[in-house]
Amino acid sequence: MKFNRAEEIWLIVGVGILVLSMVITGYQGFAKSMGPPSGMETLDPEKVDEHELFSEPGVYQVGENKYEVVMTLSAFQFTPNNIEIPVGAEVEFIMTSKDVIHGFQVAGTNLNAMVTPGYIQRISKTFDEAGEFLVLCNEYCGIGHQIMGTTITVK
Amino acid sequence: MALAETKLGEKVNKALGVNPQDAKLTKTYLSLAFIVLLIGGTLGLLQGLNRAGLFNLPSWFGYYQTLTAHGILMILVFTTLFMIGYFYAAISHVLGGLIPITRKLGWIAFGSAVFGTVLVAATIIAGDASVMFTFYPPMQASPWFYIGLVFLVVGIWLAAFGVFINAWNWKKKHKGEHLPLLAYFAVGAFLLLFSASILVTVEVLTLIPWAFGWTETVNVMVSRTLFWGFGHTLVNVWYFTAVSAWYVAVPKLIGGKGFSDSLTRLVVILLVILNIPGGFHHQIIDPAITEGWKFAHVFMSLSIAFPSLMTAFAMFAVFEKVGRKNGGKGLLGWFKKLPWGDVRFLAPFIAMAAFIPGGAGGIAQTNHHLNQVVHNSLWVTGHFHFTLGLTVALTFFGIVYWLVPHLSGRVLTPKMNKIGIIQTVMWTVGMIFMAGAMHWVGLLGSPRRTSYSTYGDNATALGWEPYLFFLAIGGTLLMIAVILMVYIVFHLMFKAPKGNTEFPVAETDGTKNTPKWTQNWGIVVAMLIIILAMGYVMPLTEMIFNGPPGSPGFRTW
Repeated sequence: MKFNRAEEIWLIVGVGILVLSMVITGYQGFAKSMGPPSGMETLDPEKVDEHELFSEPGVYQVGENKYEVVMTLSAFQFTPNNIEIPVGAEVEFIMTSKDVIHGFQVAGTNLNAMVTPGYIQRISKTFDEAGEFLVLCNEYCGIGHQIMGTTITVK
Repeated sequence: MALAETKLGEKVNKALGVNPQDAKLTKTYLSLAFIVLLIGGTLGLLQGLNRAGLFNLPSWFGYYQTLTAHGILMILVFTTLFMIGYFYAAISHVLGGLIPITRKLGWIAFGSAVFGTVLVAATIIAGDASVMFTFYPPMQASPWFYIGLVFLVVGIWLAAFGVFINAWNWKKKHKGEHLPLLAYFAVGAFLLLFSASILVTVEVLTLIPWAFGWTETVNVMVSRTLFWGFGHTLVNVWYFTAVSAWYVAVPKLIGGKGFSDSLTRLVVILLVILNIPGGFHHQIIDPAITEGWKFAHVFMSLSIAFPSLMTAFAMFAVFEKVGRKNGGKGLLGWFKKLPWGDVRFLAPFIAMAAFIPGGAGGIAQTNHHLNQVVHNSLWVTGHFHFTLGLTVALTFFGIVYWLVPHLSGRVLTPKMNKIGIIQTVMWTVGMIFMAGAMHWVGLLGSPRRTSYSTYGDNATALGWEPYLFFLAIGGTLLMIAVILMVYIVFHLMFKAPKGNTEFPVAETDGTKNTPKWTQNWGIVVAMLIIILAMGYVMPLTEMIFNGPPGSPGFRTW
């Protein structure tokens, strides 16, 4: 089992690139806390409405230009919908599903999370520019999946 | 006596080209595979046209039914049938004929897979299983959908056992010899497929009582995780099958020699042991899995690139040698001297070339943050239409041009070669249009698995429409290419002029430098189990013991 010299160089360079991509991913994920949404908090998926967080979904101001959007996803809607927030707001979305698996994606941003029943997902973003963003479900959830969308208006 | 029999079998194979009973088995598998491709392709076209807003599907067979059927037929049924047919012909050729028990298992496997597919298709057509090929709970399909999947998996297992038994039998009669390379590939690919399918079997066996109503709830995240342990590996098994033809058949077809025997076997071993614990890269933005475990799986997913880098080197080394032998000069002159007019080379070459962007896109979307940008967007659909639709399917098509005439005792005529080249080009251009558009519009945020929608004439969503139009053009070209391909397969099987077509098996440097330990499948299986356990035991334990109460079933379609 002998590698040719050229093959060794090729493999070392190739593996080097892979390791570099791992290092960058690891640095951004762990040192800069830019990791993907990985909610570990659980709740009873059949009792979402009784849960202390989700009994009243809505947009809440929690600090100076800091907001929390407590959101439930269900076939085929986001609650609350047509969200409005001021420019520069730092928003944390706190979400769970009341039925099947849904996705929360804001087109044109890096906001993207799977929202599964039984788990609480949190994802944050600061909206620096005014405009309207399209929010859509990106995990097939049934016959009305294509109408499951809403907007976030930043003004 | 036993030895004499095998020797005789090998001689018969040499003289007659192929054992007629084995040929019949493979021809049956391939015939059905390409009928499935025709149905699956038609469904694909309907979706593409719907997605672009050009065509409305009827209410009795909607977009999500079409999509579920397309996914299952293409990613599970077409590929499985082709893989079994191809590898059974391969071991029949290199091991001196199938042994009777293997041939019998091959037929029972066929029956089981067909029965399973019919059950699955029936539940989808009835509208009781619009759950996609991923069938994530708590969406709950008819129990017969899951039972159909069980029969399909049982078919895979029986076919796998057939290969193992045949290889074992050969080894007993050839003590100390290395299994021929192509049979080695077959054992590796079926071992990987078998191991991964255990995970999905466990999942499906928990879903059946739940779908019947005997259990009330199901653990959503455990199901999803078991599915991706299987699903991620499955696509790599099809790639594995394609790679076997690149190493063994393609060098022979272009008048070259195989690359190193020992390094090729190393590629097989690495593909088997590294593959399964990469499943979390499909779950990077899921809850219930810590960032640390996701990172570990990113590492495993990227390590699969290592054997692919070896393969890329090996292929171009073979091509360069052939090109230079044909008179190619200078640094790249050899490239022009390759047999570009031979579809048996052109198709697998484009397949390999497509794996460069396909693999690179895969590496990109595997990493945490980049995944978050494109997760569940059409980018992902574009990615696997490049890797499966181009790399795997085009290699399978390339195999047809010599395997089918070999089995039917016919020849590939220059005219059919020309039609094959037209098919290859149309397929490639169609896929570049379609998958290219999918990548681009996915990057802009357009979601996968979503029927035509403007989200209430939202400006962002309207901006995606021109790209979706390209998707429909690509889909139309692909449909024409599918029809051509099906014509080619059946022409080569029943109509082409009679003659002798060889099963191409390239010579290599031989097995004298190949380490003995590569023969030890026990070590391979042990390493597979250890790495699998490292990747999955702790996260699954966490999900089971610290998970939320389960979910009841929902029927949301």
